[in-house]
Amino acid sequence: MSAHDEILEPRPEGVLGRFRAFRENRPHLFLLVLMMLVAFFMMDPRTWVVLTISGLAMGAMVFLMASGMTLTFGLMNVLNLAHGAFISLGAFAGATVLVHWLDASAGQSSLLANLAAVVPALGFALAVAGLVGLLFERLVIKPVYGDHLKQILVTVGGSIILMELIHVIWGPNEIPVPRPDALTGAFLVPESWPVIGGVALEKYRLIAVILGLAVYGMMTWVIEHTRTGILIRAGVEDQEMVEVHGYRIRLLFLGVFVAGSALAGLGGAMWAMYREIITAHMGDELMISVIVVIILGGLGSIKGCFYGAVLVGLINLYVGYLEPRLAAVATVGLMVGVLMWRPQGLIPVIKV
Amino acid sequence: MMQRLLSGDYPRSRALTALLLIIGVSLALGPFLFPGVRAFSMLGMICVFIIVVASYDLMLGYTHIVSFAHTMFFGIGAYGVAMATDAFGSGYGALLIGIGGALLLSVLLSLLLGLLSLRVKAIFFALVTLAVAFAFLSLVTQLYNLTGGEDGLAMRVPRELGPAFRPFDEPWVGFDLVGFFTGLFSDPAGAFQNALFDVRVSGKHLMYYVAFVSAVLVFLFLLRMVNSPFGRVLQAIRENEFRAQALGYRTVFYRTAVVIVSALLATLAGVLFALINRYVNPENTLNFELMVFILLMCVIGGMGTLYGAVVGTAVFLLAQNYLQDLLKLLAGGAEPGSLLEHLVGPDRWLLWFGLLFVLSVYFFPTGIVGQLRLWAARRRQRRAARRPVADQGEQHHAS
Repeated sequence: MSAHDEILEPRPEGVLGRFRAFRENRPHLFLLVLMMLVAFFMMDPRTWVVLTISGLAMGAMVFLMASGMTLTFGLMNVLNLAHGAFISLGAFAGATVLVHWLDASAGQSSLLANLAAVVPALGFALAVAGLVGLLFERLVIKPVYGDHLKQILVTVGGSIILMELIHVIWGPNEIPVPRPDALTGAFLVPESWPVIGGVALEKYRLIAVILGLAVYGMMTWVIEHTRTGILIRAGVEDQEMVEVHGYRIRLLFLGVFVAGSALAGLGGAMWAMYREIITAHMGDELMISVIVVIILGGLGSIKGCFYGAVLVGLINLYVGYLEPRLAAVATVGLMVGVLMWRPQGLIPVIKV
Repeated sequence: MMQRLLSGDYPRSRALTALLLIIGVSLALGPFLFPGVRAFSMLGMICVFIIVVASYDLMLGYTHIVSFAHTMFFGIGAYGVAMATDAFGSGYGALLIGIGGALLLSVLLSLLLGLLSLRVKAIFFALVTLAVAFAFLSLVTQLYNLTGGEDGLAMRVPRELGPAFRPFDEPWVGFDLVGFFTGLFSDPAGAFQNALFDVRVSGKHLMYYVAFVSAVLVFLFLLRMVNSPFGRVLQAIRENEFRAQALGYRTVFYRTAVVIVSALLATLAGVLFALINRYVNPENTLNFELMVFILLMCVIGGMGTLYGAVVGTAVFLLAQNYLQDLLKLLAGGAEPGSLLEHLVGPDRWLLWFGLLFVLSVYFFPTGIVGQLRLWAARRRQRRAARRPVADQGEQHHAS
């Protein structure tokens, strides 16, 4: 039934057997390697390096947005379709800080002054999305625990309300968000390096990759090594059992929901600086990637979510380079393919 | 006669019957009761969306399948005929090719979606359809040499269904209902005379009645379907899928069948939409916002009651077209530039509708129709309680 049964299987024999075992036991890595290899042979190495880094950067940002949604579903069986609105909210909150409040410091070209604007902007996005998440959970989601249909309806309605409120507060037009100087531009890989010499790597994308990895590392640490993490994992596995032991799972869930919304806001703010223009409906568009990611990874799994996000980022960039018109279709095609191969997602945690 | 026509599924509430009669008469005589282009196009949209929402209700209300791909099928129908007439000219042959192709594509896609959803649980279906519909939208937007991209396609309809076709030389007489009632206040004597207006009957009216008759037929067909043994199985699946399975019904088959039927009807509605609107673009056929609107119409009208689709569509489209005017009046009283003005501004009608929607899911989960039926049932109960005991027992026996 679960992933642990694989230990009992006999050790695979021969190259083909090992390959098959790798494919079945680590489908996420198998798919990742396969995709990167196929792409590698379809373009020249320098383009491949640039695209891979960009894909990782996009994956990192999508991971930030998707991780909250997958956890809320895994822990409490709540499907929050308003998650996209939190992404937009974070983007607009971050933009407010950058464009209106700390624009003097964001407009300078020194790294320190820029950081003094960017860090508060990300922090503000985190705080606003988290706070609205808290209200949203109490007011909108709490009355409909355990009823999927109503959850879908109510969160769709809530998403409309949030997006309209964004319109009310920030106006209906799209807002340009200039990226601070220190984060624009690119690193040049020295010409002397083999194969990839002379490749230009955009700074902001590298930062996004690092931030995404840091958040992933932190989440993994929290989930695997802290008491809260143990409770979250136990809750995903069996909610009633945790309650029986006297833990207030509702409170735990509230915490996870707020953290998830805050991370969505952070991802939105990152995305705002990446695209340099924001609209209230950007959350809707990103929701598609988020949904594909959480289905790919297996609902409720952080690790699956991370690999799903990386896969989605990579396929978006690779296909976008080869045939720009098919990028969205390829993303959804990847999801359909994986669903046919493994209906539970790449790294299933819960039985759905 | 009525029993057969409505398949024994009566409105069961006097207020609801009255409401349905008003909507039915307004639609049947619409072009002769409400003057103006705006009212006419809205009537056409109500007819089209009754089909869309009723077929959506078959999935959402009767089987509890949440699909976000309903606009995809709607768009397939609309784009099918638009592209066919674009390629083969504006004859009926081209129209038939377009309809046939669209229906075929819809069957294939819905079968694929059904098969995908069968392998995983129902909740996946919502997410998978959302993603697939988005991919379809992006494909339509990108393949601009076929579909016109963001600009969309202007549709060339057969001459008999277009504005150029005039079957009668003399204009017909219409009676402006709204004008008559407002006239009663300002000028009671001339109100009747002033309310009369000329209707120049054209192919557009013919097309409107094609849509109206289609809507009536589809509605009656769906009513027949949900009250048949097939429909009972659907409701059994909705209430308890495991139990329906245990009783020996192949729920997988039923769910796929429902998805396919409702996709086909949505495609048909898309065809009618393209013919009435004569302009098709991603925004008016495939947009995610449109999908949300369909969901709102279905839920506000009342899930699991086909009458709810009619009421919900009429109420929502009326609100969409005229709530803005009302809000404009309200905003006129507010200080310009204040937050209040932003909140009640005419562009913010969706905010209030969204709020109404969330509240109605909490407090009136059965929608307008469900609530009216509940009140009617309560009244009947109270009346029955007041009668002598023997009488009540007899009635109980009879039911």
